[in-house]
Amino acid sequence: MSATDTQAGANSLRSGPDGRGRFGIFGGRFVAETLMPLLLELDAAYTAAQADPEFRRELDYYLKDYVGRPSPLWFARRMTDALGGAKIYMKREELNHTGSHKLNNVMGQILLARRMGRTRIVAETGAGQHGVATATVCALFGMKCAIYMGATDVERQKPNVFRMRLLGAEVVPVTAGAGTLKDAMNEAMRDWVTNVHDTYFLVGTVAGPHPYPQMVRDFQSIIGVETKEQIMAAEGRLPDAIVAAIGGGSNAMGIFHPFLDDPDVRLIGVEAAGCGLDSGRTAASIERGKPGVLHGNRTYLLQDGDGQITEAHSISAGLDYPGVGPEHSWLNDIGRADYVGATDQEALDAFQLCTRTEGIIPALESAHAIAYAAKIAPDMAKDKILVVNISGRGDKDIFTVAEHLGVKL
Amino acid sequence: MSRIARRFATLRQQGRGALIPYVEACDPDYDTALAILRGMPAAGADLIEVGVPFSDPSADGPTIQKAALRGLKGGSTMKRVLEMIAAFRADDDETPIILMGYANPIEAYGPERFCVDAKKAGVDGLIVVDLPPEEADLLGAPAAQAGLDIIRLVAPTTPDERLPVVFSGASGFVYYVSITGVTGTRTASTDELAQALPRLRRATDLPIAIGFGIRTPELAANAVRVADAAVVASALLNTLEGTLDAAGQATSRTVPAVLEQLRALADAVHDVRK
Repeated sequence: MSATDTQAGANSLRSGPDGRGRFGIFGGRFVAETLMPLLLELDAAYTAAQADPEFRRELDYYLKDYVGRPSPLWFARRMTDALGGAKIYMKREELNHTGSHKLNNVMGQILLARRMGRTRIVAETGAGQHGVATATVCALFGMKCAIYMGATDVERQKPNVFRMRLLGAEVVPVTAGAGTLKDAMNEAMRDWVTNVHDTYFLVGTVAGPHPYPQMVRDFQSIIGVETKEQIMAAEGRLPDAIVAAIGGGSNAMGIFHPFLDDPDVRLIGVEAAGCGLDSGRTAASIERGKPGVLHGNRTYLLQDGDGQITEAHSISAGLDYPGVGPEHSWLNDIGRADYVGATDQEALDAFQLCTRTEGIIPALESAHAIAYAAKIAPDMAKDKILVVNISGRGDKDIFTVAEHLGVKL
Repeated sequence: MSRIARRFATLRQQGRGALIPYVEACDPDYDTALAILRGMPAAGADLIEVGVPFSDPSADGPTIQKAALRGLKGGSTMKRVLEMIAAFRADDDETPIILMGYANPIEAYGPERFCVDAKKAGVDGLIVVDLPPEEADLLGAPAAQAGLDIIRLVAPTTPDERLPVVFSGASGFVYYVSITGVTGTRTASTDELAQALPRLRRATDLPIAIGFGIRTPELAANAVRVADAAVVASALLNTLEGTLDAAGQATSRTVPAVLEQLRALADAVHDVRK
């Protein structure tokens, strides 16, 4: 989508996926035949939209005047001083309308759905951020909207459920399985396969069958494109490292992608280690999973030896998914990005650190990225530059945090 | 000639359509599922589809998902599924068995080893729901080498120009997913079927089975009036579920209830003269 993408040459790490939707061995289109023609149609429609300057112009208009882009790149002086090492910059995606990076992608896809003549939107959501973003644009464009959400998540994300309903969306609690994001994804796919004639499946992360991982990444790449310009303006050079949290991986892919061909910029994806990487209660798909096939793509998955998908665990509902976007799996295997973990407790600590030193209440998802940045910054020289993606704001998480801090609201 | 081809050739000679019932492995336990499987040919099954339980069967409806989860709870693994087929084959060398499942358990087992072991156990064909032609290379070569048929799904959304792509590499028979939706929900109308079948016949000489939404003997009979076979899954699983006790365990009613329903479906299918 972005100018930088079209410049990606044959040797670029930004030229993927290939014609089959593969990033190395990852990605692909592992779906039932009923959906296959729809994916081919979507791929063609997306390719046509990319080539149409009018589509770009329309998207830019909404990104600027409705989403509120560009988002600032904030020099976190007090946190930098507190940690005593590298300079920390924060990419302020939490300042977008609806409070997270999710709207970047949702805006792109809803404009595409409109071009394709679809009138109804289905989406899956974990923490509810993608659901809220989707319900928001459906209200904006007057489209019908059904959001599938695991029953467990409906319970722990009540404010977002109410927001979605206020926005006119039908929120469907999913009781199958453990009632979390993976089950919501299954149900959303079932709705799509049942209502293919008028329905558009608006995927919220860089996972699922091709072309979703590519499309969502392209729409989210605006984060990295802006970051590059902003850090050049502020520091006159590229950062030494970029840190972002990974659930499905859309905010990370968005900020990483424009930097893939800049080998001096270290890219660090922080997975939710949950109770610890080796606790058996984790959502760290890359670090503790194996490649496999789920929800339309081949990628790292948390699974048992017989290929059954296991439940993920994280304090953050938005990271509580047993898979990860296929491009991340590939970046891991080729060694271009490093994937690490932050535990529930580390995220809680970082949540408070960020709130008290910067006056920014981050989403628990983003707190995982902050936690790892806080871990490495003290050992880096003071002239090094670290960018942390603050993918969302934490207002939705205050109840969870209060509970963990033993505070009764 | 494979068991599947042989069975369809015999049926054609006799002017009959086929009933293909479905049983989920280890649902709710190994012995019950094996008893149902063993009872199916005598109750009128012409071919049998055996479901390989998967934790996330996203193309299937709630009935099959529940059966899959019961199967996993009942101790299903790929090894156990193949043991069940081998046990069935010890007494029945004629009835074709088709395994239906998702790609990940096969990938975890190893596609080459899976095809070899499945053939050895007595499996005849494979339906892998989330392997469209675009991803068929995962199993294409090993299945061909082992002599397993790859049964392709074709849907109402599949356009005419795509049919040759879908049928390339298909063998055994073709599975027509008669509705856009998940298993065990809506039923295709007679008109919809009457329009769909000629479209498929023009593109393939393989026998055509119709599945999704066939719940009653009448619907099964309607299906074989236009197609070569009717697949019944959710209706049998619902019956099975209805016989389980509060703890989800099989009761003395479980096996007979499923087989009685199967017999009624098979009788209706076999009364149709083609």
